[in-house]
Amino acid sequence: MADAKVIPFDDDRSRTGAVQRPPRRRSAGSRRKGTEPGPVREVEPLPTAAGAQDDVAVTSEEQPPERPRAEGGLERRIAGGLGFLRRRLTGDYEIDDFGYDEELTDQVLMSLLRPVYEKYFRVDVKGIENIPSDGGALIVANHSGTLPLDGLMMQVAVHDNHPADRHLRLLAADLVFMLPVINELARKLGHTLACAEDAERLLGQGEVVGVMPEGFKGIGKPFSERYKLQRFGRGGFVSTALRQGVPIIPCSIVGAEEIYPMIGNAKTLARVLGFPYFPLTPTFPWLGPLGAIPLPTKWTIQFGEPILTDGYPPEAAEDPMLMFNLTDQVREQIQHTLYKLLVQRRSVFF
Amino acid sequence: MGKVVLVTGVARRLGGRFVRRIQRDPQVDRVVAVDAVPPEHHLGGADFIQADIRQPTIARVLAETAADTVVHMDVTGTALGSGSRTTVKETNVIGTMQLLGACQKSPAVKRLVVKSSTNVYGSAPRDPAVFTETTPPKSLPSGGFAKDTVEVEGYVRGFARRRPDVAVCVLRFANILGPTADTPLASYFSLPVLPTVFGYDPRLQFVHEDDVIEVLRIASHEPERGTLNSGTFNIAGDGVLLLSQCSRRLGRPTVPLLLPAVTWAGSLVRTLGMTDFSPEQIRLLTNGRVVATDQMRETLGFSPKYTTPETFADFAHSRGPGLLPPEAVAGAVDRIAALPFPGGGHPPTQSAN
Repeated sequence: MADAKVIPFDDDRSRTGAVQRPPRRRSAGSRRKGTEPGPVREVEPLPTAAGAQDDVAVTSEEQPPERPRAEGGLERRIAGGLGFLRRRLTGDYEIDDFGYDEELTDQVLMSLLRPVYEKYFRVDVKGIENIPSDGGALIVANHSGTLPLDGLMMQVAVHDNHPADRHLRLLAADLVFMLPVINELARKLGHTLACAEDAERLLGQGEVVGVMPEGFKGIGKPFSERYKLQRFGRGGFVSTALRQGVPIIPCSIVGAEEIYPMIGNAKTLARVLGFPYFPLTPTFPWLGPLGAIPLPTKWTIQFGEPILTDGYPPEAAEDPMLMFNLTDQVREQIQHTLYKLLVQRRSVFF
Repeated sequence: MGKVVLVTGVARRLGGRFVRRIQRDPQVDRVVAVDAVPPEHHLGGADFIQADIRQPTIARVLAETAADTVVHMDVTGTALGSGSRTTVKETNVIGTMQLLGACQKSPAVKRLVVKSSTNVYGSAPRDPAVFTETTPPKSLPSGGFAKDTVEVEGYVRGFARRRPDVAVCVLRFANILGPTADTPLASYFSLPVLPTVFGYDPRLQFVHEDDVIEVLRIASHEPERGTLNSGTFNIAGDGVLLLSQCSRRLGRPTVPLLLPAVTWAGSLVRTLGMTDFSPEQIRLLTNGRVVATDQMRETLGFSPKYTTPETFADFAHSRGPGLLPPEAVAGAVDRIAALPFPGGGHPPTQSAN
């Protein structure tokens, strides 16, 4: 972590964790900017970006690895973009039972989130190798930051860093699916309702599922309680993982707590609007929409050692004591890693 | 063997098709087709008996014909011709009660097949993404056809309890589409411009009418080896389509409206009697509904010929092109692609919607 202190503002990706891979797909916008900073970026993605073009040759607009090839790359990108446009406009694409639109997520939504991930929060990812390359896994993370940006950043982290192209399927609160526009985007990003049925179905299909068991208690806690894990619901995620025999991967996210320091909670207003809380931050309602801009904190996402669950007998999912113990174990591990990361952190913003 | 099959709701096209199909099965001797109004289509060699299932006469029909298999298809969302919602509800609920009462009295009845709908699950944002046969609905449908089906299924469960010797099969069909289907959703998709709820893109599942006929046939015969055809089954084609995909594949533009406006407009249209844009349909078009079909495949042993996208393609083909046919849109995009110098890069970001 010592070298993290001298990371240039833009280039922390090159040092993240053990498994290292260049960004998979980039939006046209981020690419154009990417050519400006100079040689550092140009050299780095060369070997695998070229390799990726061989197997993804279809239509996805890949980043042309070098400037000399930019002419052909641009044409190919335009062709790819038009092919994409054509498929979108004629409805010729597929979604899964949960409404996950892989193409839209990969080509558009991830490209929109990536600048936030790379440039704004400069997310450091550690321990990505703890996520298995195949089969189901349940990632359990802490939840903070008033708005669930941490979930989205975790999704980008898995999407962009995992060598086996895994997609994180997040479990979201029911409020997400009641809000117009939000619910549509959430479904298309592959999120689904946090309930045992959906989680088990996804894990049964061998997906990587992300859950934040603290829920609203975690995301809506006051700034003074930052990095103090709240109760982990009723531990339903443990019984779900036990029933499917998938490993539980604890995940600690540092940096999300400070994006909107919540110093107050307008409970009456929240009740009127039907939200679980209505945050008051030093900026939020006072500066209007400007106050809704998160603080540019520096994030670290660490995926911890998996906790295996396939060694337990099938009836273990019905054993409340075991469930509480496992829940505590997961919680302790996340809390512990949080403290460790906080000690290592030099500053909130760098 | 000599089976006598009694089919209700034959005045509808689906019922008529089923009657014509089941007669061709060798184990069927006689098909008795029942409805309150005479059908416009022919019924092959079936005996049509004009009887209203809301009246006790249905008991006499059942006793006289000594039917051993009853296929109850008269559970429908829309009125035939110019019936009102009240008539439909009465036919659905009171009709089912009368029919089940008659079945209970008839010792000949050995098998009962009921056409239900996945509407019983309702459609709410708190519901799991995929319903299985055992998922309890989070919010019971408050009215309309969905409530009818819930009540019908309740009576059928009661009947199954009282007559354990009768094999009861409840088939919960997803939205039925096809070249001749006259379901509310089919008429919705026939609108030149599709009103949608702003900010929601529901997931929809369809089942082709050919598959409906086939699965009803499977349910009304003896089960094949290794399968079981009594119980409750979700019936739907594979895959899911979003409403936005449907509209693009149909080539019909959408008009997103705010949810309150849709509800209001729906009630206005209903009052004027123009189309049956019912509240539960608005909820379907808001939250969508997807059901699991594992039971249908594994227990019932039926795999549909048409997937959801294929069903929709067949339906779209039968309806003719809309205002923005997909071919024309694709052609327009191709023409842009063929331009010698497309004005700068075309970031795909702009095509998000």
